[in-house]
Amino acid sequence: MEAIVDQTAKVDPMNKVNTELSKENPEAHDLSGLETVGIPFTDTAKMSMRDVNVFYADKQAIFDVSLDIGQNEVLAMIGPSGCGKSTFLRCLNRMNDTIDICSVQGSLKLEGQDIYDPKLDVVPLRARVGMVFQKPNPFPKSIYDNVAYGPRIHGLVNRRTDLDEIVETSLQKAGLWKEVRDRLHSPGTGLSGGQQQRLCIARTIAVSPEVILMDEPCSALDPIATAKIEELIAELSENFTIAIVTHSMQQAARVSHRTAYFHLGKLVEVNETEKVFTNPDHKLTEAYITGRFG
Amino acid sequence: MNTSTLLVTIIILIAVAYILGRGRSLVLADASKGGFRNLNSLPFYYGTLTALWCGIPSLILVGVWLIMDGSIIDQLLIKSFPAEVTTLPPSELGLILNTVKNIAAGNMVGSDTQPYMTQAAQSLKNINQTSQMAMTVLAISVGILLAAFSWWRIRPEQKARLQVEGAFKFFLLACSCLAILTTIGIVFSVIFESIKFFKTVPITDFLFGLQWSPQMAIRADQVGSSGAFGAIPLFVGTLLISFIALVLAVPVGLMSAIYLSEYASPRVRTYVKPLIEMLAGIPTVVYGFFAALTIAPLLRDGGAWTFEFLGLQMSISSESALAAGLVMGVMIIPFVSSLSDDVISAVPQSLRDGSLGLGATKSETIKQVVIPAALPGIVGGVLLAASRAIGETMIVVMAAGLAANLTANPLESVTTVTVQIVTLLVGDQEFDSPKTLSAFALGLMLFTVTLALNYFALHVVRKYREQYE
Amino acid sequence: MTPSPKTPNTMDVVNKNLAKRYRKEKMFRFYGIASISFGLLCLLFLFTDIIGKGHSAFFQTYVKLPVVMSADALGITDVNDPHQIAGGNYQGVLKQALRERFPEVTDRRGKRALYGIVSNGAGYELRALVENNPDILNTSLDVWVLADDDIDTYVKSRSSREGAYTGRFTEQQISWIESLIESGNVEERFNTTFFTAGDSREPEQAGIRGAMMGSLFTLLVTLALSFPIGVAAAVYLEEYAKKNKFTDFIEVNINNLAAVPSIIFGLLGLAIFINFFEMPRSIPLVGGFVLTLMTLPTIIISSRAAIKAVPPSIREAAMGIGASKMQVILHHVLPLAMPGMLTGAIIGMAQALGETAPLLMIGMVAFIVDVPSGITDPSTVLPVQIFLWADSPERAFVERTSAAIMVLLGFLVVMNALAVWLRKRLERRW
Repeated sequence: MEAIVDQTAKVDPMNKVNTELSKENPEAHDLSGLETVGIPFTDTAKMSMRDVNVFYADKQAIFDVSLDIGQNEVLAMIGPSGCGKSTFLRCLNRMNDTIDICSVQGSLKLEGQDIYDPKLDVVPLRARVGMVFQKPNPFPKSIYDNVAYGPRIHGLVNRRTDLDEIVETSLQKAGLWKEVRDRLHSPGTGLSGGQQQRLCIARTIAVSPEVILMDEPCSALDPIATAKIEELIAELSENFTIAIVTHSMQQAARVSHRTAYFHLGKLVEVNETEKVFTNPDHKLTEAYITGRFG
Repeated sequence: MNTSTLLVTIIILIAVAYILGRGRSLVLADASKGGFRNLNSLPFYYGTLTALWCGIPSLILVGVWLIMDGSIIDQLLIKSFPAEVTTLPPSELGLILNTVKNIAAGNMVGSDTQPYMTQAAQSLKNINQTSQMAMTVLAISVGILLAAFSWWRIRPEQKARLQVEGAFKFFLLACSCLAILTTIGIVFSVIFESIKFFKTVPITDFLFGLQWSPQMAIRADQVGSSGAFGAIPLFVGTLLISFIALVLAVPVGLMSAIYLSEYASPRVRTYVKPLIEMLAGIPTVVYGFFAALTIAPLLRDGGAWTFEFLGLQMSISSESALAAGLVMGVMIIPFVSSLSDDVISAVPQSLRDGSLGLGATKSETIKQVVIPAALPGIVGGVLLAASRAIGETMIVVMAAGLAANLTANPLESVTTVTVQIVTLLVGDQEFDSPKTLSAFALGLMLFTVTLALNYFALHVVRKYREQYE
Repeated sequence: MTPSPKTPNTMDVVNKNLAKRYRKEKMFRFYGIASISFGLLCLLFLFTDIIGKGHSAFFQTYVKLPVVMSADALGITDVNDPHQIAGGNYQGVLKQALRERFPEVTDRRGKRALYGIVSNGAGYELRALVENNPDILNTSLDVWVLADDDIDTYVKSRSSREGAYTGRFTEQQISWIESLIESGNVEERFNTTFFTAGDSREPEQAGIRGAMMGSLFTLLVTLALSFPIGVAAAVYLEEYAKKNKFTDFIEVNINNLAAVPSIIFGLLGLAIFINFFEMPRSIPLVGGFVLTLMTLPTIIISSRAAIKAVPPSIREAAMGIGASKMQVILHHVLPLAMPGMLTGAIIGMAQALGETAPLLMIGMVAFIVDVPSGITDPSTVLPVQIFLWADSPERAFVERTSAAIMVLLGFLVVMNALAVWLRKRLERRW
């Protein structure tokens, strides 16, 4: 119940943004005929979304978004709060299913397979498309059990030694192994915020997903922890496809290959990251990255 | 004047005091310049202050008088008895006192009334009248005097509002201290009688004895004349029935809570939840009736049929622990389910998201993330349920047995602590026989155990809540 | 830019295990549904059992007898003397009527069995008839009189599947009843006695009026004490109390008292009110005291919640214009919190209405025939009446017990519905 309230509350700020914008930026009014500019599509698409619309009850949160996420690409999604970037991200592994009033329309495909096919099973989908959340949410279990949770529920291993190996490699990949190797069996909630978030990343990659979705993974962390996670993202992109929602433009600039700019539920511009931050195609993008609103 | 007329008189006096006090403050305000802006407080407060001075002391006086006069009059009466009567043991003296009171009330003109008794009855009537008269005069004069004093003291600069608000706050504080007083009252009422009991029966015999038969023999030379007060069979019986209840209630209650909070649609929840909670609103005496007249015979007959079918030499007693335990379990289901519901919904959604995001199914998420996270709260809830089962009275009084069998077989009849308390204390009691006093010792045990369970459980639940706040 | 070599492998394993995992998911869901169904079935079973047993108690068997109201037989010499009319031998007239109806019965034993057909309280009905209309004296008339409980049970169970319950009846007795039924002299009527009479040893004369009045008086005392005290305590804890050890101690006490077994409150009442203050046993006043102490925690807790729900902005607004603390509380906080506090009070009263165990301890379990007329008259209460009847061996008391339970549950449903309605109606959303 509470989750529903939370989520709708997240959508509500749209109105606030709307009024704020109208004061500062008159051209923000006219979004009706907006066409996405830049290069939303790639040849090596891992996931491809076309004309996606998302509603919370009768309130529309996402308008006609079409976008590809390429194989082994890091795609950053930026935009003012309430622009729908998190909502869009949560559609990609159907986390929005947990919210009763949320409905998704359009075509969303993972390697050509429609992920909103009613016959499709969300459990293996989420094993393929993992997610890291805004606030570190380690389970109230030991560090080891946190990482081993995914492999255990999916039945990936039969032997203890195999599990140990997965836990170790996942923690290594998440850059946490050295810090926790001596206390694998102490509670995951006892770690610092940054460590907790890396633990959550380790927990996600222990299932060997193909795509990792990250919803503002550093927003609750200090700059040093943030730097570590960013490094990690760069390394992970060798093996995984990553979509990251971020509030920080610097972070998007540092870690991503392409950047998508969302505004009031619409996708305004998608371009090579460098281009977005140096010479954006759209006026709204420019206004945002130069800090005129956000 | 009888007591209720006196009370009405005092209330009238209070009203008069209020009007007079308020009037005087208005007069004072008018006399000095500036009208009643000159007053420190509103006239209402001056009136109230006078009324309080009038009413509270005299009401307290009446209360104390009513509590005290009984025993003082008894003492006076006993002094008036002939010397050989005064030296009788207290129980016989009490009987004589009762006879005298009955004669005075005109209830009884028995055959064995002796002259000193009729005499005493006459003097009792006189004393009663005097006492009533004295109380009336004293209460009314105290009220009037203090009201007059307070009325005379009224000055424009008097801080009437602060004084009234102080009294208000004191009243509120006194009311909240009633909770402490109740606890103290409980402790004292069970401890004093228990101490008396432990003087006749050693505490170790009570706590560790295996034999319970509190019926004292009438003749001293009868077998087992001392009665046996070993409470172990009662503890075992209580635990057995509570255990059966919890074995039923905990899984069913927990699963209902999980289903309702995690799976059911809001529509189903709005209809089903109150229905389940209705089970908690049914009075326990109804469950007792249901257990004794429906479930117990059902089990007995069903058991007889089954055992015959299986060719076993067994039977289910018609006062079996099983029947009482099962019905008690049904009663506790909503208790467990609403407590579990609370703690389960306190588990943050982010943990569920984390698990679902890894591709866990809903049941895996619940079993491996939500329940472990909610475990301290659930344990606290189960402990509270256990405390309720241990203290439950009517179901066991009506459906469980009276004989103290030391057994762990749920098909047999057992008795419980609460059953024994009720049996020992219903009807006339003599407060000097260990039989009656043993009920208070059992009450002490019951209070101690449930208090410990409650305290511990509430502590666990509070700690758990803080964790996710 | 090649996919991880592990990927296809992982997905194969995941898919392979899916079926098993979904079976478990289904099982888990099934356990949930089964648990809820179990709870609901218990509720349904309980209600059908009680209603099935109790509905027949609302009707009572009456027997029609041709009675000769002979003044001689009644022992009345002066029709205008109410004493004589009140003291008439009505039961004798009824016996005479029975003997005439079944002249074949001659032996003493048979006669005694025959007299057992009508209730031994049936004479009072005749008396009432004569008192209302003395003209019927020395006439003969057909009178419907209350049948004995065994007859009642027999008549009610005649049409049941298990066949009639004959109990200790002899063939002869059954033949009498059957002959009465055949001649249309037996009738089921609405059982007004049940609602107008006090307790009785005879099931057919027993009613719940006394217990209902006792419950009413007890609840009045409880409400009059527990509501003001509970609200005052809640106000103190929410508005005045500083966060210190003493306040914590009060709170711990309240929370613990809420979970103390009710029978302990009975021990408290017995030791303090009855033993120490020497108050009389079995009276609603003492029962009310005990139930007050028992329901106080409930009322305090719900009143605190209601006070907490009043937004601080209201308090600040009032204080901002110079209202004192007491004025803020009396003028703003309490009126706004009143619906919530009333709801809590009703729920507390419902709890008190169903409570039995502590009242047994203070002697409200006595057999009391008279309907109480005040808070100091000896009385019993509805749940205790149920307990007493449930213990009675007569079969006819089973249906009366169930009927009394139906009445009790009816009151509880009404009270809870009232609480829900009040909450819905007066609830304010901030």
